[in-house]
Amino acid sequence: MNYVASDLKVVGTRPVRPDGVDKVTGRAVFAADTRAAGMLWGKIKRSPHAHARILSIDTSKAAALPGVKAVVTAADFPDIPSEEAFVGEGPMNFRDLALNVMARSKALYEGHAIAAVAATTQEIADRALELIDVQYEVLPFVIDVEAAMAPDAPILHDDLFTAGVNPKAEKPSNIAKVVTFKKGDVEAGFKDAEVVVEGRYTTQPVHQAYIEPHACLASYQPDGQVSIHASSQGHFMVRAYTAKLLGMDMANIRVNPAEIGGGFGGKTLIYLEPVAVALSKKAGRPVKIQMTREEVFRGSGPTSGATVEVKIGAKKDGTIVAAQQVLKYQAGAFPGSPIGPGCMCGFAMYDLPNVDVVGYDVVSNRPKVAAYRAPGAPITSFAVESAIDDLARKLGMDPLTLREKNAAKNGTKTHYGPVHQNIGFTAVLDAVKAHPHWKTPVKDGQGRGLAVGFWFNIGGESTATVHVNEDGSVTVATGSPDIGGSRASMGMMVAEVLGIDVARVKATVADTASIGFTHLTGGSRVTFATGMAATQAAEKVVDDLKKRAAATWEIPVEAVEWKDGKAYPAGSNAGAFEPLDLAALALKAARTGGPIVAEVSVNAQGAGAGFGAHICDVSVDKETGHVTIERYTAVQDVGRAIHPSYVEGQIQGGAAQGIGWALNEEYIYNAKGQMENPGFLDYRVPVASDVPMIEAVLVEVPNPRHPFGVRGVGEVPIVPPMAAIGNAIKSATGVRMPDLPMSPPKVRAALDAAG
Amino acid sequence: MSSLSYAAPTTVDEAVKLLAGASGLAKVLSGGTDLLVQLRAGRLKPDLIVDTKKIPGIIGIRKGSDGGFVIGAATPGAEVEANAELNAAWPGIVEALDLIGSTQVQGRCSLAGNLCNASPAADSVPALFAAGAIAVVVGGKGKREVPVEQIPTGPGRTSLGKDEFILEFKLPPRGARSGDAYLRFIPRTEMDIAVVGCGINVTLDEKGVCTAARVALGAVSPTVIMVPEAAQVLVGHTLDADTLAKLDAAAQAAAKPITDKRGTVEYRKKVAGVLARRVAAIAFDRAQGKTNGKAH
Repeated sequence: MNYVASDLKVVGTRPVRPDGVDKVTGRAVFAADTRAAGMLWGKIKRSPHAHARILSIDTSKAAALPGVKAVVTAADFPDIPSEEAFVGEGPMNFRDLALNVMARSKALYEGHAIAAVAATTQEIADRALELIDVQYEVLPFVIDVEAAMAPDAPILHDDLFTAGVNPKAEKPSNIAKVVTFKKGDVEAGFKDAEVVVEGRYTTQPVHQAYIEPHACLASYQPDGQVSIHASSQGHFMVRAYTAKLLGMDMANIRVNPAEIGGGFGGKTLIYLEPVAVALSKKAGRPVKIQMTREEVFRGSGPTSGATVEVKIGAKKDGTIVAAQQVLKYQAGAFPGSPIGPGCMCGFAMYDLPNVDVVGYDVVSNRPKVAAYRAPGAPITSFAVESAIDDLARKLGMDPLTLREKNAAKNGTKTHYGPVHQNIGFTAVLDAVKAHPHWKTPVKDGQGRGLAVGFWFNIGGESTATVHVNEDGSVTVATGSPDIGGSRASMGMMVAEVLGIDVARVKATVADTASIGFTHLTGGSRVTFATGMAATQAAEKVVDDLKKRAAATWEIPVEAVEWKDGKAYPAGSNAGAFEPLDLAALALKAARTGGPIVAEVSVNAQGAGAGFGAHICDVSVDKETGHVTIERYTAVQDVGRAIHPSYVEGQIQGGAAQGIGWALNEEYIYNAKGQMENPGFLDYRVPVASDVPMIEAVLVEVPNPRHPFGVRGVGEVPIVPPMAAIGNAIKSATGVRMPDLPMSPPKVRAALDAAG
Repeated sequence: MSSLSYAAPTTVDEAVKLLAGASGLAKVLSGGTDLLVQLRAGRLKPDLIVDTKKIPGIIGIRKGSDGGFVIGAATPGAEVEANAELNAAWPGIVEALDLIGSTQVQGRCSLAGNLCNASPAADSVPALFAAGAIAVVVGGKGKREVPVEQIPTGPGRTSLGKDEFILEFKLPPRGARSGDAYLRFIPRTEMDIAVVGCGINVTLDEKGVCTAARVALGAVSPTVIMVPEAAQVLVGHTLDADTLAKLDAAAQAAAKPITDKRGTVEYRKKVAGVLARRVAAIAFDRAQGKTNGKAH
């Protein structure tokens, strides 16, 4: 059933977050906080070379060091065949993941895992790593995406042939895939155009920069049972990947979800778990591995850097008649950049007759990319939204008016196929127009930028169980790791359905042996899909409670209604019974049918797409090139905010990460292809004083496919910031900054070049 | 496995003896805000750490017999910032030290540590150079007084002997119509390392004409450097447009930076000129008693 907004008592309120006290007092148990009796410390030896053939690995000296209990290399893992992975977020191949977790014949990037040890202390493990003798044949390497596409580029994989080209590729290439999307006739469209803008934009790989480095504790029992404590965005994902990479049955692996210290997409695949299990199996003791921040940077995935060419043609009245893009996305050392969503999301906000988009998925000698909030969309949108801004200038048109004129609406057919339904983009643009920020004149010396963004949001498989405890309190268990407040929202949705105080409901994340399969936390799916399962489970509990009340009163179940946490006789005809509340029914459970529990598994369809629009004011120190974000407003259609504070937090967090992406974050490589800035000192995520108060404006156009109207909210807010800031800089200085990051040296150089 | 010894002597003599007798690498610990980070990163593997904080007088601020200030070498930033008299006399030094690290780091970081870590980008060092601070160095041969600009000799290197450390800093008595200031440029707003830093200390006459000046630049050379050419531009002039342009040019000419992950040669030179102008403006205002507040 769908719930009516005016009836809601819990949904839309702001209860204290259930995990807050534990986190601020340091008591929350993250993966790195776990310990086990007899535990060993695992450490990983990593390649110092960007590209090298591994000639030999001699582990004998390390193994002989007192305190070392196990050493593993790729030889200790099954050599699994190529197979498209059925888990994770974004394209991944099991064999590629296996080779990423432990290099077999070649090191493909600096930081690639080569071997691992387990020892009684961290110091012994470090010393053992030094004693592992690896002989390499250093090979030419390539870092940059366009250099990797050149005909004479060093080839990473002899067995990689470009997919999606005709005729079939005959020579191996770093271009893993070419994808194309076409709608209408783009050439005819450009012929029709009266105004054309073009641009070439580049973006840098940026790391998700979760505060908690990857960590796990694995224990292999002599009977072949494995338990793993790990921080991830999906413990079922960890189980599936670990099983596949080690050739084990999933039933023999139990993964316990630890509290997670940030993921943002970067914890939708694994690095450590199979290694810890292999070490534990060899040593016969539990093994813990915990990455350093430097390892996180050198060995785990950022999102792609890219080159994006864009061309847009319009009539003088602002009607866009043709749009074209060529996107080249870095995948890192193995295929699988978010080129697909990159090709889809750039123009998804607009109703366009003629579109032509070509995308390239390109490998190079850098860490394999991982999902990062709206994977692929921020990159393509930086280019498109900058070009739309240029178009508005060229037309002499207000940038909001231009977007309104071309905005996608319900029924708009996208260039990648689907037709937009139940979207709230127009409502978002209306909210921008009405907002004081947009209506306030730009301050002297400042510039204002506007940019919009889109993300699909997904649904998928989720399981939730609702238990009514003996005292009438309620436990909700789901299989979704809580990275954005899902325990709060699950508890609230269940409390709403049951009609009880949310304080009486405790939501938990159950391990892989204790709840049905649940796809990972990603794609902004959890509040939507797992929330749907939890809501339906609570509704089943209500049905059950009504039956029990009916049986107690000996009246038909249709004559019982559930209201405010109590069963009532539906009317005077039903009989004059005192209402039965949850506690009373729970107490009698044994006499009315046993435990009051409902489990629901769903494969949720009908996720509502999300649209956002960001307004940003900047000032630019023209002598140093330093950009200050003076005011920032993020407007977004959130469907319905279950817990508005969390939703605002998601929007603020996404915008803050976008500010870092826009202004300072980048990987700096030396001449040997080694990363020079693997730490937060020189990999500059924004600090608190870099970010103004970000005003999050929640527009609620309910998604009719969810009982409460939920749409995903966590990814859209990272899509618009780069272009919003670039457009603001253009407005403040007259200079277009096509290359990210728009760091002080680049801004100063661009200003100097412009005279 | 290597081992690390730690000692916290309570007298200068004891500390000097420990340093002199150390068999391997010995490091002096003040606040430890650089040393501990280097240890953890594995960049340094000392055999002995001598913690100086228990030596009487090494923490604290007092007035010297000449009327100048004496600042204990290991006095934490937070204590320096809390000293109103020092703030009034040497705001440039105080604001430079204040820029180091976070609030937590301010509870530990010291002038001596910042100077002896010998980073060209150290924030408090250009301000100390500009002030003409004197380091009181103790060691096996007794006590000597060394101008601070003679302490760092290269990145991570100092002129101190193996058994020497800094006990305190002396700042000269503050004359009338004097002012100092420090600015650095960083890509963020906090928690970063200077791409360029500049400290300037001036004395003016009654008409606002500069009679004495010291200019120091950070992060544009292997060590923080004095820029006498820039100081000469100021002496004999008010801070008019022509003087500012000459100051900018002198700073740019003196800057001999490298291109690294924190900035390019071209950019650092330009910013050295920009900062010199901005810092001079603040120092001149302060010398004239204009209350323009803090530079940051």
